[in-house]
Amino acid sequence: MEPAEQDSHLRLAQLARQDWGRLLGLLIRRHGRPDLAEDALAEAFATASARWPLEEMPANPAGWLAHVASRRLLDALRHEALARGKAHVIAAAEEVGAPEPDLPGSDLDDRLPLLFMATHPALAPEVRPAMALRFVLGVPTADIAALFLVPTPTMAARLTRAKARLHQIGVAFAMPDPGRWPERVDDVARAIYLAFTAGYAPREGDQVVRLAVAGEAVRLAVLTADLLPGQPVLEALAALVLLQHARRDARAGRDGELIRLADQDRAAWRHDEIDAGLARLMPLTPRGGLAEELRLQALIAAFHDTAATSAATDWAAIARTYARLEALTGSPIVRLNRAVAVAEVAGPMAGLAILRAAADHLPGHHRVATVRAELLRREGDRAGARTAYEEALAACPDGPERRHLIARLATL
Amino acid sequence: MKYLVLLIGDGEEEPWSSMSAEEQASLMQKFGDFSQRCAEREGVEILGGEALGGPDDATVMRTRSGAVTLTEGPYAEALEGLGGFYLVESPDLDTLVEMLRALPRYDMQIAPVLEMS
Repeated sequence: MEPAEQDSHLRLAQLARQDWGRLLGLLIRRHGRPDLAEDALAEAFATASARWPLEEMPANPAGWLAHVASRRLLDALRHEALARGKAHVIAAAEEVGAPEPDLPGSDLDDRLPLLFMATHPALAPEVRPAMALRFVLGVPTADIAALFLVPTPTMAARLTRAKARLHQIGVAFAMPDPGRWPERVDDVARAIYLAFTAGYAPREGDQVVRLAVAGEAVRLAVLTADLLPGQPVLEALAALVLLQHARRDARAGRDGELIRLADQDRAAWRHDEIDAGLARLMPLTPRGGLAEELRLQALIAAFHDTAATSAATDWAAIARTYARLEALTGSPIVRLNRAVAVAEVAGPMAGLAILRAAADHLPGHHRVATVRAELLRREGDRAGARTAYEEALAACPDGPERRHLIARLATL
Repeated sequence: MKYLVLLIGDGEEEPWSSMSAEEQASLMQKFGDFSQRCAEREGVEILGGEALGGPDDATVMRTRSGAVTLTEGPYAEALEGLGGFYLVESPDLDTLVEMLRALPRYDMQIAPVLEMS
């Protein structure tokens, strides 16, 4: 690759990473049509990647992209109008509103209304995380598909349908009504958290891509908290994902096998990211709802992240925090985790007692049997542990988690 | 944009017939509140709206091979509770939903009207 070519490719990648959301926001604010704007912007990037290496790079690359995308969008509108016999309306509009090559995002940050649009309550909750990644950060559809473990055409169809729905039902490109703030900000946090956790689901698939996209969700969480300062739910979310993602390099071995927290190489944790997460977490005070749920989870992650060794972990504090989280959510999965923490503090038998109640609410869940196996193993009950491992294996789907179970059973 | 809003179910509201006179009056007041809210909001206008007779009074008209048949009752179960409708001009869905919060807590179906002209 020629140096100039390489240079323009790098510059484009940087623009896509930094300015995608601003450019898309600008287009939608100017022309409406979230369904057409995104395709137009993608085409502008494609045009740039074909032309910039051959020509001189424009003086204002972001402005150039905005201009070309605007032209594409107007072309698409004209095409649509032609089909309906109304082309004259668009032709007139173009003469009046020729796009100016201004650099977007100077005063009003268009990424915020974009984020609220992508996570709008009129969209199905399942598609909101994908929409947020695509709209605000421009994460490629193929990568989002890999994250959610669906084929690329399936994800592309979902996104296309969601964008068309936004246009057809007339969702505003605007900040929500002040009265709707709390619930809309919760929706934003929930969508970003779902995007993040999808990257950590222990499944088959391209783990490198999935972790990279989970990293994009972390970037989105931090960006959102910074764009909307003073929102506890967003601060707690940013803290939580920073503190969890900081352990990514130590979570899996060379062959993708899971490494338990106790066995992880703590030197491989990203301590700058842990510090950034702690800085967000510390000023937060208890409150209710999703903000508190995320804060307590972040607190648990922080107790792990700040333990110098596995043995130095403050399990009593973790068990207490799980108890508060359980009181808040009533989640049997939280109870399962509390059983593990209590076992560390008060011994395996205490953990098993708590586990029994969780098992009633999670019949046939392999993690219940997994935890029971680990606790019985520690208690010295090898036969009981073997039965529990086998029970877990019977319910656990193929993937890294199952291989981990097989390995644990083999070393019993 | 124009939206058709169908009031299709009582939702968390008591059925009309089991309400006291005061409750009925307060419910009716909400329709007035809704009209007022719409009138005050720029870009929003109620283009039409009526209360409808109950499902027992509905008639379905079908044309099959040129022959028209009329049958009693609503077309689909979903419309059994259809009690009224509004046709509202609103700049967007979010503004409309803000307006509709003034109404009783009925279940509603909101459909954008297609521009055919």
